[in-house]
This record gives sequence, C-alpha cells and structure tokens, in this order.
Amino acid sequence: MKKPEVQGPVCPAPLSDHPNILLAHGGGGRLTHGLIERVFLPAFSNPMLEARHDGAVLDVGGARLAFTTDSYVVSPLFFPGGDIGSLAVHGTVNDLAMCGARPLHLSAAFILEEGLPVADLSRVVASMKAAAQRAGVSLVTGDTKVVGRGKGDGLFITTSGIGLIEHDLVVAPSSVRPGDAIVLSGDVGRHGMAVMAVREGLSFESSIESDSAPLNGVVDALLAAKVEIHALRDLTRGGLATCLVEIAESRGVRLDFDEAAVPVREDVLGACEMLGLDPFYVANEGRCAAFVPGSQAEAAVAAMRSRPEAAGATVIGRVGPEGRPSVVLRSRIGASRIVDMLSGEQLPRIC
Amino acid sequence: MKYLSEYRDADAARRLAEALADAAVRPWTIMEICGGQTHAIIKYGVDELLPKSLTLVHGPGCPVCVTPVELIDKAVAIAGMPGVTLTSFGDMLRVPGTRGDLFSVRAAGGDVRIVYSPLDAVKLAKENPSLQVVFFAIGFETTAPANAMAAHQARALGLDNFSMLVSQVLVPPAMEAVLSSPSNRVQAFLAAGHVCAVMGLAEYEPLAARFKVPIVVTGFEPLDILQGILMTVRQLEEGRAQVENQYSRSVRREGNPGARELIREVFKVVPRKWRGIGAIPASGLGLTEPYRRFDAEHRFGVAELSVEESGECLSGLILQGLKKPPECPAFGAACTPEHPLGATMVSSEGACAAYHRYRRLDPRSPS
Amino acid sequence: MCLAVPGRILSIQEGSDPLARTGRVSFGGAVKEACLAYVPEAKVGDYVIVHVGFALSVLDEEEAARTLEYFRQLGEIAAKEEKPSDNGIGPHDYSPPRGGGE
Repeated sequence: MKKPEVQGPVCPAPLSDHPNILLAHGGGGRLTHGLIERVFLPAFSNPMLEARHDGAVLDVGGARLAFTTDSYVVSPLFFPGGDIGSLAVHGTVNDLAMCGARPLHLSAAFILEEGLPVADLSRVVASMKAAAQRAGVSLVTGDTKVVGRGKGDGLFITTSGIGLIEHDLVVAPSSVRPGDAIVLSGDVGRHGMAVMAVREGLSFESSIESDSAPLNGVVDALLAAKVEIHALRDLTRGGLATCLVEIAESRGVRLDFDEAAVPVREDVLGACEMLGLDPFYVANEGRCAAFVPGSQAEAAVAAMRSRPEAAGATVIGRVGPEGRPSVVLRSRIGASRIVDMLSGEQLPRIC
Repeated sequence: MKYLSEYRDADAARRLAEALADAAVRPWTIMEICGGQTHAIIKYGVDELLPKSLTLVHGPGCPVCVTPVELIDKAVAIAGMPGVTLTSFGDMLRVPGTRGDLFSVRAAGGDVRIVYSPLDAVKLAKENPSLQVVFFAIGFETTAPANAMAAHQARALGLDNFSMLVSQVLVPPAMEAVLSSPSNRVQAFLAAGHVCAVMGLAEYEPLAARFKVPIVVTGFEPLDILQGILMTVRQLEEGRAQVENQYSRSVRREGNPGARELIREVFKVVPRKWRGIGAIPASGLGLTEPYRRFDAEHRFGVAELSVEESGECLSGLILQGLKKPPECPAFGAACTPEHPLGATMVSSEGACAAYHRYRRLDPRSPS
Repeated sequence: MCLAVPGRILSIQEGSDPLARTGRVSFGGAVKEACLAYVPEAKVGDYVIVHVGFALSVLDEEEAARTLEYFRQLGEIAAKEEKPSDNGIGPHDYSPPRGGGE
C-alpha cells in the first residue's frame, strides 16, 4: 500500500490570523476570548477591565457601583419562552447581580432594520417592560437608530446597567478559594435548545422553553441567608463548561465537577443527542454557578432553592488547588477528563 | 433516555472493566474505526478503564477526516459561485482546504447552510427554484441510504436545481488497507455498529478469515464499547478470529436490505482518495448513470481540481492508527482547534480534536 | 460516522409510495420527523435508530433486555469468580459456519 505522500507544508491559513471576523468569533469560546485578548484589552487597558468579570465594580463618591453592558443579536427575535427584549433585560440584570450588586437602572439602545414591523418592536418593548418590572429595575434612558434593509437582523439591542453593592463582600473570581463548593442554580441547555427548536434547517417539535430569567432574587436570597458568596457567574453562550473554564482561568485554580451531578432535562438531552450536541456547551440565559465556602454549601443550596428561578439548585463540584487553571470532569463511568472551551460555536454533527 | 442512558451506567462499567482485567492476559492492539466511537471513548474516558496491556487505536473512521483536501476545495469553490446555496452537515463547515473552509466562504458572502437531513436540502431546492442547491454528501455506509434517498427524491421530483457533491467512503476497504500495511500492529477491530445496521455482517467475514483478526460489531455507548472490547479480548486470548455482534439490539446479521437496494440504485462502487492515506481502490461510492446529472462536480466544472496534501499534518498516520495525536509535534502547538492543520483536528470526531477537547489529566500532554 | 439515536415512534404518515413513509419520533420528548422508508415493519410505539432523519433499524427490545441482563449478571458472576457461561445470555455470536461455507 502506498505510503502517504509528503510534499512539504501546504497548511491552511490559521484561523487566529484570519483577516475577517467569522461567526465563530461570537460563539463565546476561544475565538471570542482571543479577540478580547488581542484587540480590545490592549487598547483599553485598565485594572477594572483586566478583572475580566461580567461587570465592572467602581468606587464612585464612596459608593460601590457595578456597571455593565451587553448586546443582543439573537435570531429569531421571538422564541419559546422569550424574545430578544426579555433576554436583554435579564442578561444585564444578571451581569450586575453576578457582581453581587442590586440592579437599579438600565439603558437600552435599539438598532432597527428598515422593514421591521412596528408590531414586532412593540411586542419586544412590552416584553422588556414586563421583564424590568419582574426584576425590579427601571429603564431610564435609551437610543434608537435605523439601518438600511439587509444591514441588521431585524433588531439589535444593547443594554447597559448600573447597580449598587450594599455589602462588604468582593464577589468576583479573585475571591474564589480552594475548597469552595460550586453550586449550579438549575438544569442546563434549555435556552440553546429552545432557540434551536425554531431554527431553520434544524427545527424540531418540543415544549422546551428558554430559561431566560432574572437572577437577582437568587443573589438576594443568598445574601439574606448570610452566605459568604465568593463568586457568581451566569452561564451564557458557551454553556456550563465555558463558564467554569472562565472562572478557572481568571482565578488560576483547578475546578472539579461531576457529570452525573449536572441536571439536564430529558427533552433537552434528547434534542442534544439527536443533533450531536453536548449539553454542557449549550447556551443558558437564566442559570448561574455560585462559588461559596464548602461549609456553607448546604445553606447556599437551600437559599437558592427558595427562589423559583433556582428551584433546581445543586452542588456539582469543588474548587481544587491553586496553580495551573483547569476544569476536570468526572464522567458518568468514573473516568476523569479535562474540559476546555470550544474554539467557536458548537455545531450539530452526524458522526 | 430509554435505550441510551442504561448503557452509561457506572456500576456496569466498573464490572465490565474488572472482567476485562481478568480476561486480558497478554498485550493486544485493537482498532476502532468509527468517529462516533472515538468520541465516546474519549468523552467518557473509556480507555482509562482498560488494563494497561490493551492498546486502543483510532482508525480512519471519521468521514469528515478522510474527505480529501481537494474535495473541500471543490466545495469551497462551488459555494462561492453566484446563485449557489451549499448545504452541508455541521461537521464539514470548519474543515480546512487549501483556500479556507466553508465558514470563510460564508464570511465572504457565500450562501452556506447547515442541514440536519439530506432531505432538507431537497426540500430547499423544491421550494426555491431560483437557487442552485448543492448538498455535500459525505459519510460512510451509515449515511449512504439517506444520501441515496435524497438523490432518488430529487429525480422523482424532476428537480434541475439540486445536485450532490459526493464523498462517500466504505469501511471494509479501509480496514483491508490498514491490515495490509507493512507497519500494521492492529490485531482486532471493533466494527462500527451503525454501518453494520445497514450493511450487515457478511462482508467482514472474509476479512476476519484472511487476516485472522477478530471483528466485533460494537455500539456507541460506554457499556457497548467496553463489552465490545471484552468480546474482542476473549477471542484474541482464545485464538479465535470471528465476526461477532455486540450491538445486537440495533444490528441484525443481514443488515438493512431495503436500504442497500436504494444505495445500489443511486450509487456504484468507485475508487476514492482518502485524506492522509491516498487512493484506495473500490473504497467509495459514486453516482450511477441515471443519477449522473446530479453530480455537482460536473455541473459546476470542478471535477479536474487536484491538490497535494499538507506535509506537517500527520493525520494520515493518525488515521491509520500508527501514531496517537499527542505524538504529533504539531499537536496542541501549531495545530489546535482554533488553527487546525488537518481534518483530524477540525472534525469533532477527529482523533486529534477529541484528544484536544477531552484532554487526559496526563501532565505530559501539551496544554 | 454514526450518530444515530433511539427514539419512539409517536405517529406514522403513510405516503403515496412506501418510500415516502414518515413518522414523528420522540427523543426523550423532543420530536422530529423521520423517514421510515427503510423500516417498513416499524409500528407506532416501536423504538427506531435514527440517523440524519432516517430510521435505519427497529430496536430489538428483547436483545436490549438481554444485553442489560448480561451486565447485571456480570456483577453476580464476578462475585463468584467464574467466567460468564454460554447459556445464551449475551449478544449472539455470528461466527461464520465451520467447515464449508464461503
């Protein structure tokens, strides 16, 4: 049999040097992080940005404020369990809550595509109002722009928010300690699969709804129960796995978790299996991981379960020693492997 | 999930591992030849439960990985043509050719879409007569019935705006190529369960007899793989070389005759080039005469495109099980999922990608 | 190459020709239409193995039970330190016929 021909290096251009942005840069994985590290951070460097947390914690006139911003480009605009509007409000509320702040006020900037039905816009706005009310925040300022037909996916929303930190804890990856318990607020994969269910080419019938929800109530419950919260991180685009890797890398620590401990609803699992997706990388919009002292794990779970948004809260793992950052999963059959971020978005597969 | 979750049970896995430790007296090298099995082994850490004397090797079982570079280039060229909508399974979108991958075609304005089933591509063509819909028809025998049905439907509908870029490959010739190689160390095979659900067991018997290798048709869950390996080890220890069926809940001896009938109507056996290995005679499927007009290579004039493979990428040796990904000097360094040098790093089923994503806790492996 | 998942047939839609037969198949509650052309014997309530929207075989529930029973027995047998017996438990051995055959 002929041996493979070796002709000399003819390798494809490495993606990291790619001259154009790819959709994968928005996936929340390695490419996204690469963009942040190579393009944004060097330009804007300052200590608050370098903390790389969901929001910036600022000392302003003696008060500790949290400040955050996010853009929402989801398609379709309306999906089971939510829409781009409620997603935007919850997302910004949650980024503030993950800093341990009480969310107060939001701004919203809308980029509308020429041709977008005003009825759709009204529906989105009504949804934002309801979400803001539920979360106890007010929308205090905004902006509107219109771009030509074909230049936007119907509607893009950018929200910013400020919140007040009313306790002395430093809720940030830097506070995570070896021995901390990792408490997950509920089952994973609902948002990503709810959107997938209505996505052209991959759609399926299901009753899966997005888990999009405000989590500030969950944080309030933890604070009220006097849990010494070390860190909080909401799960978003890259799923549970990405969230844990981000914390491990921010803090420089090993995290261990158990595959069997992570709740996944059967229909979410079924949809993932059918498309060849790993639920640990599927997007969530209403789940968070809390890092609390090991001795307070039970108290944290009880406090979180007192809120409907975190009724499924459960301990999934522990923080290990400081050192080379890693996330280690103990598989269902008892073997261990390292978990990393994906490079781009997770794609359905056939093999 | 019924008929899935039960095959991931931890206690049963431990018991199978113990049975394996008892059964495996001598060292053996076993090859699995299915990307799905590679993925499961690494994801669940099945190889961690095996006795150290057993070497599990990953073969050329990922249709994405073995699709030759030139076929990717043809797909990229076709996708960039005006009026063309290229449809594909998700797996293919990130595989690098010599001039980029299908994702970069999309970034440059091409219409590239992911589909779940080949029939979705036919439907797209039927509903959009102004589009030239091309379906990237990759796969082993498991996917051939689906790809065949798509062509059959397109013909029945009389569609003139549908065509297929065919990259179908067959397992037994690849096994024969591996076994015939002078540097071969493989002593037994786990055969791909779903391939056999279509093809049955008969074509593996001559291979088992001629090369004196046990071949065990195996499923895809951790317990299936462990049991498949156990059955293989028992054969090896007892000096048997037979075709056995671990995956009996899904595979029957005769396979699926109805599926094979449609494959025969649409496809015929042809020589195929395998990425990293080279040309293997009678190892692929091409369209039969009545379906010739659905061949995208001819329709879009890219049939003559020919390309040499990369030198640095060792996927050929990895696909033949001669090297493991961490043994490649580029693994984790010049070659990562963000900038892959070859298909085995790009495809989520590729051995290199699986090793990189689900890395061992081995301090020796590059981080 | 073989991501195929077991799902339960909820309903069947017969087409004008047997190759057009489709069914709604449930994967733990997520339901997708699949082509049933290659499993003409499949009925509502059956489990089928589905790959890219095509059912490739009907899951043999007896064999499935047999395989699981084998795993269960392994535990008991291991406790007695005996090899598993050849009393028909376990997957079938499709070995080629001895003497003659192909």
